[in-house]
Formats: sequence, structure tokens, C-alpha cells
Amino acid sequence: MKHLNVQNISQSFGENHVLDDINFSIEEGEFVSILGPSGSGKSTLFRIIGGISEPTSGDILLKNKSIKGKPGSISYTPQSPSLFPWRSILDNVLLGQEIVGKKDRKKALQMIERAGLGSYEHAYPYELSGGMKQRASFIRSILSPQSLILLDEPFSALDEFTRTDMQKWLLSMWAEHRRSILFVTHNIEEAIFLSDRVIILSQRPATVLKEFNISFSRPREEELLLSEEFIELKKEIYQEMRLSHA
Amino acid sequence: MRKLLKQGWRPILVLILLFIIWELSVIVFEIQKWLLPAPSEIFKIGVAEWPNYYGHVLATSKLIIIGFIIGSSIGIIVAVALHLVKFLRLSMYPLIILSQNIPIIILAPLLVVWFGFGMFPKILVITLVCFFPIAISLLGGFQQTDRDLMHYMKMAGANKKQIFWKLEWPSALPYLFSGLKISATYSVMGAVISEWLGASKGLGVYMTLASSSFRPDRVFVAIFIIVAISLLFFLFIMWLEKVVIRWHSSEKRDSNETS
Ligand SMILES: Nc1ncnc2c1ncn2[C@@H]1O[C@H](COP(=O)(O)OP(=O)(O)OP(=O)(O)O)[C@@H](O)[C@H]1O
Ligand SMILES: [Mg+2]
Repeated sequence: MKHLNVQNISQSFGENHVLDDINFSIEEGEFVSILGPSGSGKSTLFRIIGGISEPTSGDILLKNKSIKGKPGSISYTPQSPSLFPWRSILDNVLLGQEIVGKKDRKKALQMIERAGLGSYEHAYPYELSGGMKQRASFIRSILSPQSLILLDEPFSALDEFTRTDMQKWLLSMWAEHRRSILFVTHNIEEAIFLSDRVIILSQRPATVLKEFNISFSRPREEELLLSEEFIELKKEIYQEMRLSHA
Repeated sequence: MRKLLKQGWRPILVLILLFIIWELSVIVFEIQKWLLPAPSEIFKIGVAEWPNYYGHVLATSKLIIIGFIIGSSIGIIVAVALHLVKFLRLSMYPLIILSQNIPIIILAPLLVVWFGFGMFPKILVITLVCFFPIAISLLGGFQQTDRDLMHYMKMAGANKKQIFWKLEWPSALPYLFSGLKISATYSVMGAVISEWLGASKGLGVYMTLASSSFRPDRVFVAIFIIVAISLLFFLFIMWLEKVVIRWHSSEKRDSNETS
């Protein structure tokens, strides 16, 4: 049984045809990235999977049950960290549990500690750096009871080094907690480094151009970024995307 | 408080200068006391007369506080109702704007005719001037709710009640406070106007009496006291805002104050 099935999803806003017959699926515990040019409709697709906007046609199945138009079934991290400014970090990471289910303060405190945010649990978000906010935002997702996590370009606003650190941190958290993750980015390197599988979207109207299986062994280290196979794969994906861009 | 002095010294300096010019002009041009008293004269009277008018100050303060609480509660209720019920928003919003074109000074005597000299018409006047800034500013605040946070709440499966209490209400609080600050000063004006219409006690009454018996010094005493009450009230709301809203970065706060 697949964890998530995206079936024949199309979406138009009036004349603007954004998504065109998108199909893919995610296995239990898999890390899948969606790679697509700016404005191709990645966030739109996320909103459909998240159930807060209805596709023109198609269906979304979570463990074989349709969740189309039903919010609350997945855990979502928006494009910006989206922490609530009036909540302390602790209350922020507990928000997902607060909305559906029971709060587990002890576990939350542990996770905050593990994320290197110990001593910040009572701080307000404005007191944190961009990378720290992203970490808090991701902890909120992991603590939420839903088993599938959607991440919408969480690292796009960070500098190169913070970004690499965050990617490694994300992988370690994922290894520990084993959720299924659907990750959106337009950074090819990031997609390859993190994922088990990369799905390439075309320009608008977006379709699935190709899927790449990434078979590098885990845990992955930074050295991988400079290995020949990695660069070869990056080239291949780049050309694939370049072709569709013309 | 120290910060206040740091930022407030310029207006205070200008005020002191104005008073000096006023005092000197009265002396130099030998202006009659019943026309325009000097600030020093007003101050003397203010101190000497305190036992005579402090009852009025108390009465007016009470009226202001009751009126403000009722007026702002109604403002908040109106904003929340208009925000949550789309039909109300579409049908009532323009009417609420129109309501502000009714000149209160003209309306007030009518209210007395309808409702008598009791507390009710006075509270009504204050409510009318108070609720509007709060309702409009809070409603604007609700509509400014961050879209990403809203998406997050919806995707997480939050219901309408959770969205309101966990997101829309706290995010609109700064807007509520800007409304409250405006209303605080309006409510003082409203109280004085409502007392002109007829009351047994209050600064409005004191003022009317002073002016009809040609005592500009007393009128000025009343004016200064009204200004002082407004200022104190405003500062109180500002303090309350700082206590309630602690999550803003200090940079944001600074830029708010200098702008
Ligand atoms: N609610 C909406 N109504 C009308 N058009 C919309 C709506 N939401 C998105 N669009 C359109 O859909 C297109 C895709 O937007 P979307 O935000 O999904 O792109 P994206 O792939 O996430 O881009 P980016 O990488 O820049 O985040 C845009 O042309 C946008 O104008
Ligand atoms: Mg996007």
C-alpha cells in the first residue's frame, strides 16, 4: 500500500492552466522531492494535497483513502517558517498537537534540545535566526500527529552553509523519526542530496516530466556533493529541466 | 517612563516655550484677566479651586471609564461579528462608515429629549464616538492576518474557532490597540460634550458655568484638566499594550515610535 497517491490531478484558475494530469506516489517512510521551476505550481499542488484547495479534477489518496478537500490529514511546513509571533518556541512546536490531539510537552522539550534550541524554548520567534526558525518549524511538523510531512522550500532563504547544515540535520531527524516526506525545492543539488526519489515537473502547465531514483547510500555526507556520480546525475537532471524550459 | 521622557522632551520643550510666550504677552500687552488670564494665574486658580471642582473631575472620570468600556466592548463585538459573518460585513460596513457623518453635537440634544438627563444618553454619546475607531481598526486587523499562517492552520485541520482564537485574534491585537488609543482620547471629548447637555456634576458642567459667569480662568483650568485626563488615559492604554503585546521585536517597536 502506498502512503500517498496523487492521481490525475489537474488544476486551472480560470484561463490559467497550472497543473496538468499529475501522477505520482510515495512509499511509507520515503523521502521524495519535487523539483520544478518557479511558478510551475508546486505550492498549488501542496495546497491540494493538504486539502485546502480543490483540484479541477483528480484525486488524492492517503493510505488508499481519499483526502481530497479534507484538511488535517498531513503535516505541512509552509514556504516561510510561519511560526506564530505571539507564541514562545515551545508553544509554537506544540501547535500541531494542540489543533488535533494531545500535547506532549516533555517530548517537545526534548526535541527542542536536540535541535540545538535548548534555552530558547521560552523565546519568541523574533529572537531566533532564520535557520533556527526553520528548525523550530520542522520540529512542529514532526511533533504533529500526521504521518506524512510536506515541506515547501524550507531552506530557500538560507545561505549556502546554513543550508547544508540544515539539510544534514533534516536527514538525521528523518532517520530517527521515519516519516514520509514530500519536499519541494528548485535546487537540483538539494533534491538529489536529500531524496530517495526526485520528481521533475515541467513549466506551467506542470506535468511530471520524469522520475529519478537516487540510490546513494545513507547516511549521506557532504563529500557526496563532489563525487562524480552525483555531478553526473545533477547534469542529467539539469538537462532534463533545461529542455522543458525552452 | 524614562524612554517616554527621552522621546517626549521636544514636545514638552515646545509647550514650555508656548507658556512663556503666553505669560509674557499677557504682561507686555496688559491683557485683562477676564479676557485671557496668564498661565501662572490659571495655575494659581487651579490649585486654590481644587476642593471646588475635584468632585466634577471624579464624576467625569467615572463617566469616561464606563463609557469607554461599554463603547470599546461594542466596537470589539461589532468588528468580530462583521468579520465572522460575511453577510453582515457586506450589508453593515458602509452603514457604519456613514454613521460617522452624523454630527454628535447636533445629535446629542436630541438624545436628551428622547432619553432624559440620566446616565444613558451620555453613555450613548461616548459609545457612538468610541466604537468606530475600534471596530474599523480591529476589522482591518482581522483582514491583515498572515496568509501563510492561515494556510498552516487550515492544513493542520484547525476549525473556525481554533483559527479565530489561535490566529486571527492575537494577530489583530496590535490593531485593536491602535483603535483603543484613538478611542481613549475620543471618549474624553465625548464625556465633556455629553455633560454640556445637562448634568448635575462633571467638568462639562463646570465649564459651562465658568464660561457663562465670565471666568475664563476656570474655563482654562477645566481645559487643562481635560487634556491631562486624555493624556493619562492614552498613556495607560500604551502601557497596557506593552504588557499585552510582548512578542514584537524591539526594532519594530522603535520604528513605530519614530514614525
Ligand atoms: N488561488 C489562486 N488563484 C489564482 N491563481 C493562482 C492561485 N494560486 C496559485 N495561482 C497561480 O498558480 C501559479 C503557480 O503558483 P505556485 O505558487 O503554485 O507556484 P510555485 O511552483 O510554488 O512557485 P515558487 O517556486 O515561486 O514558489 C501561478 O501562476 C499563480 O498565479
Ligand atoms: Mg511555492
